[in-house]
Amino acid sequence: MALARRHAGSKIADSRVPMKTAERQFTTLSGVPIDPVYEPKDLAGVETARDIGAPGEFPYTRGIHRDMYRGKLWTMRQFSGFATPEETNRRYRYLLSQGQTGLSVAFDLPTLMGYDADHAMSEGEVGKCGASISSLEDMEILFRGIPLGDVTVSMTINSPASVLWAMYLAVGERQGVSWSKLSGTLQNDILKEYIAQKEFIFPPKPSMRLVTDTIEFGAKHTPKFNPISISGYHIREAGSTAVQELAFTLRDGMEYVDWALERGLDVDEFAPRLSFFFNAHSDFFEEIAKYRAARKIWAYAMRDRYGAKSERSMKLRFHAQTAGCSLTWQQPYNNVVRTALQAMAAVLGGAQSLHTNSLDEAYALPSEQAVTIALRTQQILAYETGVPNTADPLGGSYFLEKLTLDTEAAANDYIRRIDGMGGMIPAIEQGFPQTEIASASYRYQQEVEAGERVIVGVNRFQSDDQPIELLQIDETSGEHQCKKLAALRGRRDNGAVQKSLDALKRASEGTENTMPYLLDAVRAYATLGEICDALRAVFGTYTETTHL
Amino acid sequence: MAKPGLDGHDRGAKVIARALRDAGMEVIYTGLRQTPEMIVAAALQEDVQVIGLSILSGAHNAIVPRVMQLLREKDMMDVKVVVGGIVPDEDAAALKRDGVAAVFQPGASLEEIVHFIRGAVGE
Repeated sequence: MALARRHAGSKIADSRVPMKTAERQFTTLSGVPIDPVYEPKDLAGVETARDIGAPGEFPYTRGIHRDMYRGKLWTMRQFSGFATPEETNRRYRYLLSQGQTGLSVAFDLPTLMGYDADHAMSEGEVGKCGASISSLEDMEILFRGIPLGDVTVSMTINSPASVLWAMYLAVGERQGVSWSKLSGTLQNDILKEYIAQKEFIFPPKPSMRLVTDTIEFGAKHTPKFNPISISGYHIREAGSTAVQELAFTLRDGMEYVDWALERGLDVDEFAPRLSFFFNAHSDFFEEIAKYRAARKIWAYAMRDRYGAKSERSMKLRFHAQTAGCSLTWQQPYNNVVRTALQAMAAVLGGAQSLHTNSLDEAYALPSEQAVTIALRTQQILAYETGVPNTADPLGGSYFLEKLTLDTEAAANDYIRRIDGMGGMIPAIEQGFPQTEIASASYRYQQEVEAGERVIVGVNRFQSDDQPIELLQIDETSGEHQCKKLAALRGRRDNGAVQKSLDALKRASEGTENTMPYLLDAVRAYATLGEICDALRAVFGTYTETTHL
Repeated sequence: MAKPGLDGHDRGAKVIARALRDAGMEVIYTGLRQTPEMIVAAALQEDVQVIGLSILSGAHNAIVPRVMQLLREKDMMDVKVVVGGIVPDEDAAALKRDGVAAVFQPGASLEEIVHFIRGAVGE
């Protein structure tokens, strides 16, 4: 393991000069001004039943269940993966043995971008950001000894999500688990890729077709599986404000609903399995207000905009991850504190599932020691703080209720603007969300540079650091994966592979659901790269216009 | 300002590109997923004085030396290379020994980056 030593960070502003209270605006991290105190009059005109509601009752501002965590704690689901599937499998079994209650798969950049480990673009990248998965064989190794009928699995994969999902379904088959029992989540949110994370392969319309294929397939075959996790986390990490994160995520969700309805599905057939993924950032109350506003906006949208009849369609379920971008290189042990506070916000906000970042976030993928502390953070929150004892404990706070209402109004403004542009895809083509994010991130950095936004240990309260031990990714991972691929190609029925790829191409050119064809291809051990190349040949690839 | 390799995280690259422009420099942003060959070709064509490489994926030890090698082959060693991203201290030291002018790790300020680049091109 490598040791990383850090010396005092650069002093950006003279932190010894205090700013007078009158000169300084108190705002949230996103720039929302906050009053010195909140009183009953701030909620004048608010009707509790209509505007807030009760936990488990429309519009679910206070939570989607009457009993919330008394019935069931949030799932402790640490995002994890590195080097080879063999190594990642070991880490999964460690995490499960330490009390984690769900799995979350991180894939490496070649996998995320639909390249095999032996592709030219994969050089130096195999296993660095996640597990390297080039074929069903790798997926089988990844889940060795892990009963998919008993453990829920989330997979963070987007452009080639349907391919990895086909591999996962095939592994389930091989384990003798019926698809109707498989439970988990596929991130599969391509719109946020164009907006923020940029892991796109194909252009928007064919990508939306692939997503709709998974939603349709899931509605018919995998009733316990969330085929999509509509995400704000990445939008926030790219530098958006909390309101932008909320608005763009929910509007993305509406775009997916529109496409599924266009496909001919009934809203109550698929909406109950749409899931969401939000950031848990540092401004404590801003985050809790965001989650409460999210549930309320979505409930109204599903009932009134889309005519949903089922309660399950209206209840927004979300996973949260504490904010990676808030963690620092300087004084990394401070990150344990940041993560704990952010995790508490997520729990007070009613998250169904939670990942807590590790203290070495700014340096490397989590070491075993660091991820254990991150998991313990959740366990301490769950078992020692009393926070899960009651639903929406902060409900009724004048401040929080006002902030929730204001957040809702601001997000709805953005949603209306995007509606006015013709929807999220035209908005993306015009560069609207991307420009909002770029402006917000630049503004934030300027605040940090000026010392207006304090980051402890970075622009104020600097000190020398103790070294920390880092996870080292074995440099031979790439070689190992390439050897496996060569052997696989040697022993499989290459005729069957080619047939399946040809059939997939034909289906992709038409309007059939691609999932059965992807399943045939992965079962024949066509590789991820080969399958994606077949799709690239039909759909083309996408290059973005940069918006600084 | 280049994004080499598969990494698509461009928040830092874009913020810095904008800060450099605000500081009066001409900045060409290459966009995502560039190979070392594409980056050096663009640098040559645009006759740049500095190449900024933004890498957060951990692939810097494979990518940066290739850029340096291509610059040597094309007799472009007057072009200064600065790297930003997730680069541990040992790797940063090795990159500098290979000719990289500076490595900016997380927490680096826009001011120090602008100041360094101005100094590196002799303004």
